[in-house]
Amino acid sequence: MQLNLKKNKASKQLLWIGIVSIVMFFGGLTSAYIVRKAEGGWLEFEMPIWFTISTVAIVISSTLLLFAAQNVKAGKSGTSLLIGTLFLGILFSYSQIQGWGDLVAQGVYLTGVGSNASGSFIYAITLMHLLHLIGGLVALTITTIKSKQGKYTKDNYLGIQLSSIYWHFLGILWLYLFLFFTYS
Amino acid sequence: MSEHHKETFLTKYVFSLDHKMIAKQFLITGMFMGVIGMLMSILFRLQLSNPGESFAVLEFFLGEKWAPGGILDPNIYLALVTMHGTILVFWVLTAGLTGTFANFLIPLQIGARDMASGFMNMLSYWFFFAATIVLLYSLFVESGPAAAGWTIYPPLSALPQAIPGSGLGQDLWLIAITLFVVSSLLGGLNYIVTILNMRTKGMTMSRLPLTIWALLIVAILGVLSFPVLLSCALLLIFDRSFGTSFYLSDIIINGEALHNTGGSPILFEHLFWFLGHPEVYIILLPALGIVSEVISVNSRKPIFGYKAMVGALIVIAFLSFIVWGHHMFITGMDPFLGSVFTFTTLLIAIPSAVKVFNYLATLWRANIRFTPAMLFAIGFVSTFITGGLTGLILGDSALDINVHDTYFVVGHFHIVMGVSAIYGMLAGVYHWFPKMYGRMMNKKLGYLHFWVTFISAYGVFFPMHFLGLAGLPRRYYTNSAFPMFDGLSDINEVITFFAIIGGLVQLLFIFNFFYSIFKGTKATENPWGSNTLEWTTPVERIHGNWPGEIPTVERWAYDYSKPGADQDFVPQNVPLKEGESEH
Repeated sequence: MQLNLKKNKASKQLLWIGIVSIVMFFGGLTSAYIVRKAEGGWLEFEMPIWFTISTVAIVISSTLLLFAAQNVKAGKSGTSLLIGTLFLGILFSYSQIQGWGDLVAQGVYLTGVGSNASGSFIYAITLMHLLHLIGGLVALTITTIKSKQGKYTKDNYLGIQLSSIYWHFLGILWLYLFLFFTYS
Repeated sequence: MSEHHKETFLTKYVFSLDHKMIAKQFLITGMFMGVIGMLMSILFRLQLSNPGESFAVLEFFLGEKWAPGGILDPNIYLALVTMHGTILVFWVLTAGLTGTFANFLIPLQIGARDMASGFMNMLSYWFFFAATIVLLYSLFVESGPAAAGWTIYPPLSALPQAIPGSGLGQDLWLIAITLFVVSSLLGGLNYIVTILNMRTKGMTMSRLPLTIWALLIVAILGVLSFPVLLSCALLLIFDRSFGTSFYLSDIIINGEALHNTGGSPILFEHLFWFLGHPEVYIILLPALGIVSEVISVNSRKPIFGYKAMVGALIVIAFLSFIVWGHHMFITGMDPFLGSVFTFTTLLIAIPSAVKVFNYLATLWRANIRFTPAMLFAIGFVSTFITGGLTGLILGDSALDINVHDTYFVVGHFHIVMGVSAIYGMLAGVYHWFPKMYGRMMNKKLGYLHFWVTFISAYGVFFPMHFLGLAGLPRRYYTNSAFPMFDGLSDINEVITFFAIIGGLVQLLFIFNFFYSIFKGTKATENPWGSNTLEWTTPVERIHGNWPGEIPTVERWAYDYSKPGADQDFVPQNVPLKEGESEH
């Protein structure tokens, strides 16, 4: 038990430090955005409505996950809430791709003649976020399956804790990016 | 837990989870890459001292394509310089140095059976191995390896059609470095978590050996700075492969105007050096840690100013994040901003001077044992001072502008970071070899290795300062194209001479290393009379490190020549005597 606690603490720490390095990665990208924008020749455009849908989806998904973890902590099953989270995560991914479609329809391109760094940054950064999110979806899928198999108890639900930390982080990261793109 | 268990060849030597074996994998891969990197430098030194002359050795290594008639092709010159830098900075002095000593020393010195995650540790090595294969493969592609410098500045690195090396070679370089960053991150995460969570009973942070402090801070630096390199490389990959304009603007190539507008190559430099400068300390800090340990053990004295040493490491690490601009003084930077970077850069002199002072104070009136490891540690102190002093010149924007991009810079960073870190690494290998392989390295060969290396390293890099002051630009293929530099050709010949001698003597070290693994005299458990925990493990390697209980720690690591003690060292696991104070 003692050993387990120590291992749980180490796993969480591992994840937190990993998150710090992801923060540095996106910090690098968004500061590049600021520096490049300050140089001028910057195309302004509307954020696609689909990105707002993404935002709503990921906020609700995080909330569901919060309840799922609480259920498990109280000794109940969190499976259905986890499935809900997973579903909203997939909706988020879908809305991102739709958002890119909207951008193209607006004439904002990733590359080629007529493309501008302002658009390229949006594609590159959201793509990187989405790749990290796909990692989160994989983790959530595993967690959901394990939850369905009844592998989590109120004393031992490290898997749910770890995927929660990562998923909430991805949500906060998206909120940051969304606000950053909209208001910076 | 992970007690010793039966191992097959594959689990023992190849897919090993044992931190000691992974350390050896890093060391030997690092040494292999070191030989290649060093050979490259000798090849391009031949061109620099004897421009346009024919050498059979060039044709032997590079073939008819890259050295027609034994004369070095300009494209391969650039590629050799690039690969030399890349290999030495990342493969040898980052992975070879940190990968070896972090893996080897962290569990042993903190009193743990293994790393927090043996599996992640193994992955870390295998990502590194994959990166190595990709990088080596790039040496053999039709258009040659990457040639835009290890700093891969765009637009040269961003336009595949620019020079042969900007093509496939650059793509492979970027893939290799991405794999390398993944390896470093996996390793770094593991080092931090292991040090914070797995210390044995009694091993408080204030009793940690300085090696572990240095490795902890290096791991934190890596976790914070490598992701930024990745973001920088990501945008470069977008520019190269998908035609975006992050770094590119208004370019006409082969008479054809590209569509890219508005990009900024300076943006690349900002992102790159935000990693690049901490990277310098990622290379240097493990060497500082190793040298602290080796100097204290062989001086038979406690390290002078333990807390100041830890503090200096932390301050250096912090400052390394706010000095990147000193690499960019001539990019048209606002002079006010330049003065800010000058200020932060010169601040680094303070913790560096603290370290040097403490090394000297530890050596002062000590009963020094001049083992090969100790000689390299003292050699480190020497080069750290020599190279550090020229750093003051380069850190000051007003002075830097005069010698920027000349051989002065090459001389400076090779001494302060290259040679110093190599000395730290060699000191570490000589010192911990008995623990790694259970045998001793040959001392006499060690002395010969040290003195020839020491003289030739200064012989190579000291004269470069004069070349730089005379204005000779770095990176140029030939020194004979400008009459004003004709008078410098003698110095270039001297440099090449010492480079060859210094390169050859490393073969002696490699011979000593491998010969001693099999034929060296058998080591005892604690041949140097050291205090740290690794010397309480048996000579025979076992997975799990200690056959019985892990020892508990009762004191700090530096009780050497303590008044009232029976021996001139008191290992960390010996309880305090009644009435004995801790320091």
